[in-house]
Amino acid sequence: MKIGAPKEIFEGENRVAMTPDSALQLQKLGHACVIEAGAGTKAGFSDAAYAAAGVEVLPTAAAVFAAADVLVKVRGPEEAEARLLREGQTLISFFWPAQNETLLKLVAERRATVVAMDMVPRISRAQKMDALSSMANIAGYRAVIEAGNNFGRFFTGQVTAAGKVPPAKVLIVGAGVAGLAAIGTSTSLGAITYAFDVRPEVAEQIESMGAEFVFLDFEDAQDGAATGGYAAPSSPEFREKQLAKFRELAPEVDIVITTALIPGRPAPKLWTEDMVRMMKPGSVVVDLAAERGGNCDLTVPDDKIVTENGVTIVGYTDFPSRMAAQSSTLYSNNIRHMLTDLTPKKDGVINHNMEDDVIRGATVAHQGAVTFPPPPPKVAAIAAAKPKPKAVELTHEQKRAQEVAAFKAQTRNQVTLLAVGGALLLGVGLVAPASFMQHFIVFVLAVFVGFQVIWNVSHSLHTPLMAVTNAISSIIILGALMQIGSGSWLVILLAALSVFMAGINIFGGFLVTRRMLAMFQKS
Amino acid sequence: MDYGFTTAAYVVAAILFILSLGGLSGQESAKRAVWYGMAGMALAIIATLIGPGSGLWLLSLVLIVAGGAIGWTVANRVQMTEMPQLVAAMHSLVGLAAVFVGFNADIELSRVLAMDPAARAGLEGFAAVLAKKSAVEINILRVEVFLGVFIGAVTFTGSVIAFGKLAGKVDTAAKKLPGGHLLNAAAAIGSVVLGVMYFNDAGIWTLVLMTLLAFFIGYHLIMGIGGADMPVVVSMLNSYSGWAAAAIGFSLGNDLLIVVGALVGSSGAILSYIMCKAMNRSFISVILGGFGGPAGEQMAVEGEQIAIDAEGVAAALNDADSVIIIPGYGMAVAQAQQSVSELTRKLRARGKTVRFAIHPVAGRLPGHMNVLLAEAKVPYDIVLEMDEINEDFPSTDVAIVIGSNDIVNPAAQEDPNSPIAGMPVLECWKAKQVFVSKRGQGTGYSGIENPLFYKENTRMFYGDAKKSLDALLPMID
Repeated sequence: MKIGAPKEIFEGENRVAMTPDSALQLQKLGHACVIEAGAGTKAGFSDAAYAAAGVEVLPTAAAVFAAADVLVKVRGPEEAEARLLREGQTLISFFWPAQNETLLKLVAERRATVVAMDMVPRISRAQKMDALSSMANIAGYRAVIEAGNNFGRFFTGQVTAAGKVPPAKVLIVGAGVAGLAAIGTSTSLGAITYAFDVRPEVAEQIESMGAEFVFLDFEDAQDGAATGGYAAPSSPEFREKQLAKFRELAPEVDIVITTALIPGRPAPKLWTEDMVRMMKPGSVVVDLAAERGGNCDLTVPDDKIVTENGVTIVGYTDFPSRMAAQSSTLYSNNIRHMLTDLTPKKDGVINHNMEDDVIRGATVAHQGAVTFPPPPPKVAAIAAAKPKPKAVELTHEQKRAQEVAAFKAQTRNQVTLLAVGGALLLGVGLVAPASFMQHFIVFVLAVFVGFQVIWNVSHSLHTPLMAVTNAISSIIILGALMQIGSGSWLVILLAALSVFMAGINIFGGFLVTRRMLAMFQKS
Repeated sequence: MDYGFTTAAYVVAAILFILSLGGLSGQESAKRAVWYGMAGMALAIIATLIGPGSGLWLLSLVLIVAGGAIGWTVANRVQMTEMPQLVAAMHSLVGLAAVFVGFNADIELSRVLAMDPAARAGLEGFAAVLAKKSAVEINILRVEVFLGVFIGAVTFTGSVIAFGKLAGKVDTAAKKLPGGHLLNAAAAIGSVVLGVMYFNDAGIWTLVLMTLLAFFIGYHLIMGIGGADMPVVVSMLNSYSGWAAAAIGFSLGNDLLIVVGALVGSSGAILSYIMCKAMNRSFISVILGGFGGPAGEQMAVEGEQIAIDAEGVAAALNDADSVIIIPGYGMAVAQAQQSVSELTRKLRARGKTVRFAIHPVAGRLPGHMNVLLAEAKVPYDIVLEMDEINEDFPSTDVAIVIGSNDIVNPAAQEDPNSPIAGMPVLECWKAKQVFVSKRGQGTGYSGIENPLFYKENTRMFYGDAKKSLDALLPMID
């Protein structure tokens, strides 16, 4: 099959869906690669580099569309591009099918197959092709860099000869992939970083990245696992509490990076106008949700503005594109992994297996039909956190009552055992002669002592215990010694043999025990 | 010396024996305790030799010394990995001695009963004791002799087979003659019938025949039990040898024998109980041998076993801060304990936390692993029991499984249909990384797949444990 990458025609898009490296990998799967001339220039990959990697460079997009069986792109197709698709051709790119219904219908009518990289289900196996995550990671990093670019001070605190510099305080709202990447970047630059998320279970991840989790004491905490790891809209009460917390923080923080998105909805407004006013002059707000309306009231998508009180608000929507070399590398790898799954035999033949969870989930149009939305995947995205059973706080009285009950039960058990045992003993005593009873009492007492003593033996000394009990069970020698003086030669012979064997056992048992015990050493 | 002195000596000896067992509660006190045991034994023998009823003391002494010399040599030569078979062999001696002493008691009894009253008055020693017994007492005596001989005989052949299995001289797989447990049951019923006949003066041949049946029971019972259940078997035989001694003690009217027999018997019983508990199986099911069939469809194991070489393991160990090693019978077979100890020493010298997790039934003898590690000079305070360490796995970087299988099988917890469901296991899969040193891809004793080997954080380090570890050692820095 031929894989082709046309030049991105979206304004300001610098990325490319195929790099010379990924092309080499694709060729290993048995595919041939073509690319439109100049497609990788903005990302730093020259046509010569592609040619060196064995990619055929074609002059126009139309030529690529005509030559390729599979088209790989970053942005979803423009209408003009969609019209170039033909039956049986596969397009792999971002598509946003929920927002682009007419486009989806168009490609379905043209009987092309569309694999939407934004629809890859969030399961472990599909992580390697999760382009949203790899792009979000870049966006998070770039957001901090943009903020630093517009922020007039150091991130890290310093004490210099010329004076003391306080560290910058950074607040990151939303600890998804982008948020976590931003936290990592911000802490490694030395800023004091706070992070907030509506899902309390991410607190651990936030803290593992070195930021402080802004704790919101609220009862109905969300379980993000139910929604595939994404946040769900929160209740008005929760929102109020959250905003109050942000107002508290606003005068303190120097940089705010908002990354809060809810799937299929406009971005929630979390950083309101009055908060911006409360911020110190020179502070920076970077709104990663600008494309979906922004988390900040004042965000202007695709632009950077400075408010009256000197707060810079960055509303760029093309953070990954601003790091085209990095993002093209990662994105082309995501694409390559998707193609690996589509080419299971590595023979250059695409097998579009609609039974496969990942492929089915990502495919939005196939053989003339719209296949969006997909059925729920067979594998749950993230194992639902089991609701922790709340330990019922026992009152003092209840505890006391439990203890008393346990004590009573124990007493009852013991008394029953003793009663049964005693009755048995008495029963034996009624029949057996006194001389037997004498020995029997000794026996019962010895068993009792044995049980008491052996339970205390340390587990690690069980082998020495066996060896020593072995040695002392040779006490049977006493019987043999008493019999050896008998008149019968047979008795003498048997007794002598017994004495001999017991002799082996006594010495062998005790000595080997001693040897073992001597080996146990403390460090 | 008169009877009073002997009794006094016996009391002291009994106390010394109790102290000797009680001292095993800690490693340090145990070193003292073993001397108590020796002193008690010496006291008991001397008191018997110079006490009433003994004769031929010179011969006795010579025999004890001769036996002692053999015991001494064996004790000094035995390898620690051979401890299970040594213990089994020693049990067989006790069992056989009990059989002989029981026979003697019966022979003496017949001899005394045949005498006329005048001759009886002239008897001394054990025979004199017998002569004074009333009819009821003689019947009780016969029950005691019978029991002592029966248990002793089962212990003898059972231990011989256990020895053979542990020493690799007999196939360790569970084997039964056609008829299975019916044969055992038939033999047991036959023994009871013979016993009744014996109580009714049928003569010594019933005793002899019963002994042969008991020999068969011991043989067949232990043949039917597989290698990994040996900890239970050995402790059970230990227990039997104690009960045999106690029964003989009854028949001879010797309290010290009764006391020691009871101590040893209860000790073995408790050990068997602990071992069974650690396998979540009932004592009966172990004795009857083999695992029961699965209760339903077992969970299919997904994934594949991923192998790793020594470099990979070394890299992970060099990066790790905390390591837990889980040794099993495979370590003993490969004689790898010295290499394990060397690895531990090297890792600890780098400031890493290294600990050992010991499952109660690891190895072929209760506490087997502890003794092996102690021999290799692994300090005992880093060797922990299952309950002490199981909670620490999630915070551990690397867990190394050396030659164990069923005791680290997650199926026991995850698959309710697994034959070992509910058995307490070491949760090593919760560690960040698990390395399994194992000879090949086979299953463990229970014959069930171990999902641990297929987990994402598990890497298989194939090969003989000792060779693998020796290859690994130079790469640790």
